[in-house]
Amino acid sequence: MAARALPLIAGAALASLTLGPVAVVLLRAGGLGALAPGDLAALRFTFVQAMISAAVSVTLAVPVARALVRQRFPGRAALVALMGAPFILPVIVAVMGLIAVFGRNGLVNGLLGALNLPLVDVYGLHGVVLAHVFFNLPLAVRMLLNGWQAVPGERLRLAASLGLSRGAMWRVIDAPVVLRVAPGAFVVIFVICLTSFAVALTLGGGPRATTVELAIYQAMRFDFDLGRAAALALVQLALGLAAGLVALKVARGEGFGAGRDRIVPRRDGRGWARGADFAWIVAAALFLLVPLGTVMTRGTAGLLLLGPDTFRAAGHSVAVALASTLLCMGWAMALANRRGELLALSAIAVSPLVLGTGLFLMLRPFVNPFSMALPVTALVNALMGLPFALRIIVPQAEAVEADFGRLRASLGMTGFAWWRLVWLPRLRRPLGFASGLVAALAMGDLGVIALFADPDRATLPLQVYRLMGSYQMEAAAGAALLLLGLSLGAFVLLDRGGRLADA
Amino acid sequence: MKTFTFAAGLFLATGAVTVAAAQEVLTVYAPDYFVSEWGPGPKIEELFEAQCGCDLQFKPGELLPRIMLEGERTGADVVIGLNTDVTKKARESGLFAPHGVDLSPLTLPLDWTDDVFLPFNYGHTAFVYDATKMEPPASLEAMETLPEDVRIVIQDPRTSISGLALVLWIKSVYGDEAGAFWEALAPNIVTVTKGWSESYGLFTDGEADMVLSYTTSPVYHIIAEGDETKKAAIFPEGHYFMVELAAKVAGSDQPELAQQFMDFILSRDFQSMIATGNWSFPAALPRDEWPEGFQKLDLPEEVIFYSEDEAAALRDEAIEEWRRALSR
Repeated sequence: MAARALPLIAGAALASLTLGPVAVVLLRAGGLGALAPGDLAALRFTFVQAMISAAVSVTLAVPVARALVRQRFPGRAALVALMGAPFILPVIVAVMGLIAVFGRNGLVNGLLGALNLPLVDVYGLHGVVLAHVFFNLPLAVRMLLNGWQAVPGERLRLAASLGLSRGAMWRVIDAPVVLRVAPGAFVVIFVICLTSFAVALTLGGGPRATTVELAIYQAMRFDFDLGRAAALALVQLALGLAAGLVALKVARGEGFGAGRDRIVPRRDGRGWARGADFAWIVAAALFLLVPLGTVMTRGTAGLLLLGPDTFRAAGHSVAVALASTLLCMGWAMALANRRGELLALSAIAVSPLVLGTGLFLMLRPFVNPFSMALPVTALVNALMGLPFALRIIVPQAEAVEADFGRLRASLGMTGFAWWRLVWLPRLRRPLGFASGLVAALAMGDLGVIALFADPDRATLPLQVYRLMGSYQMEAAAGAALLLLGLSLGAFVLLDRGGRLADA
Repeated sequence: MKTFTFAAGLFLATGAVTVAAAQEVLTVYAPDYFVSEWGPGPKIEELFEAQCGCDLQFKPGELLPRIMLEGERTGADVVIGLNTDVTKKARESGLFAPHGVDLSPLTLPLDWTDDVFLPFNYGHTAFVYDATKMEPPASLEAMETLPEDVRIVIQDPRTSISGLALVLWIKSVYGDEAGAFWEALAPNIVTVTKGWSESYGLFTDGEADMVLSYTTSPVYHIIAEGDETKKAAIFPEGHYFMVELAAKVAGSDQPELAQQFMDFILSRDFQSMIATGNWSFPAALPRDEWPEGFQKLDLPEEVIFYSEDEAAALRDEAIEEWRRALSR
């Protein structure tokens, strides 16, 4: 009984926390507002860039993840962990890192210039896609890796003993993994790119690259047109949900059958395939790690300039990240099925600005919203992290259900025993990865805190902006490095926690 | 949910300890940059608390959207850091009361008679350039024929006050021809950013040779870094005047403290820390009392300014012209 009620309660809480704020904003506005000139163009651009970004991220992730599955080499674990870092960088830090590599004075143009080749310009649709791939390629790679790791070793042994050709391996083992994981990864990335606007604006090169989220920002902060903001937020939500429905229909859910969880090395990554695999790994590592490296070098000097304000902000960010992660994982475990996932997807497709404003209006009659700045930030970040967490957990949860469901029925296991003995141990790895991701994301988020900001309760990303606003570019780079360290630390710690027994 | 409640309780508890002192509290909403440890906020807090015996609390963040959301139940007593391009909306909300401050000490480059919004500092919109990399254009008109390799970053008028000031500046000089100006400048515009911080970061990183900023930006580099290579290009057509304002909240439960703070704004104490605290010109301090670096700055002879009604009437059209020209 209790086991049945839990998902329902979790689902209802999620729905009311996502749709409630939108409804409150609408109510306050007294109805939907009309769209402005340029909104249609913004809608088109938003859709196109999100489609391309998601498609490129997932397509490139397939060979990279397969290379990482097939090959073993020293430092592989560290590389996998580090490659996850771009996703958790605060937008402004990542953009500065990318510009240091691909900008006019960047490394790439330095190299091209030295070779007397024409320079490249990073600003434009391709710049937006470049940044979104930088953010999301690692996410897609890790999702696929998790999918491959769920293939029982027994299958690989069987494949090896049958002497399957490379093509046959692809058909029998790899393609099903990709088909199961890729559509979901595509949707999550598509939806993240929908709500992005700082990246699109900075690297887009001008108003051509306007996204719906920018129009929401303008309506909300500048025109104070809540009706138009709510209308735009609903358009964005519909777009995200439609994408979610399509992709979840496409994704196939069956598992590979139960195994004994042994790690079996793959035998098909030899000869020329080995060379190709390493080419993919090196290319991905360069693309993801060089901009990170520049963020680190630039920030080192700034570390010495950091004052007590910054360290206090760092403490707040850590607390927010912890609270978000606990809340999000509790939610995720209760909602680890497809219906829950669609519900969660709507949470992230709702504009963070509208969500924050709605929560502000809801809290206002009861408490001083300022004093709630950090809890609200933690809550919103838990909401925002939920689709990622579910996307990572659900495929495996479904596979466990398919593979062990009969066992449960025949043994008549109670809900708790099932959860403790079968579910949790089998989902340890995705749970660790998901909580690492959520913690790191919450650490780097800026969205909501800006609306509620209080000088005593700033988070680290907000502090980075404050430093830049006071011409303290070097200290800002130092604070950004601190943020990177904390995010990465939280991610690695939690992710490792999930993989401890693999070693 | 338990975790969340627990975390919320924890934060509330720590929050309660810091405000335990039983003093009267004056709440002032201010922009983010204003209250940071490098902004003027901490100094103002110290000076004012010494004379009022109260607890001055700055609440940073978005000013007008927040006040409008809160309506008459706002927790603010004073708002500082509003900009003329939003005062129309602010005035029409009826949330603000007359400031009642004598305006004769003002030293602005134009007459100021507003009885609700009180100026505390100003600057002008200007293109700041790197003098080691380029010769400045001699006029706004010369911007249209800049060499192709001169790269400029500006801010989006839909998300940033300085970006909005820029399109109004161009509109005031070019009128119906503003769209043509934007089309001519478009090839030089590398990108458009959400706010000033991102633009200025791109400029100091060398991604652009010119950035839309303020006439006062070079003085930061002169005073804080001893770097005299960053300069503002001064145009004979005039520069758009940007002034920051403070206003008293009509429904304040601390009307006397709020008034005391409004009076404090034009005092010498307050005004003399604006220059290096906020990197802008003080609104009520004669030029010969500015810090030396400020006195050396190149300043425009002509100042352009729209009244809030004019600005509000032209705003949408000016933004749309900009958007259309740069979308090609």
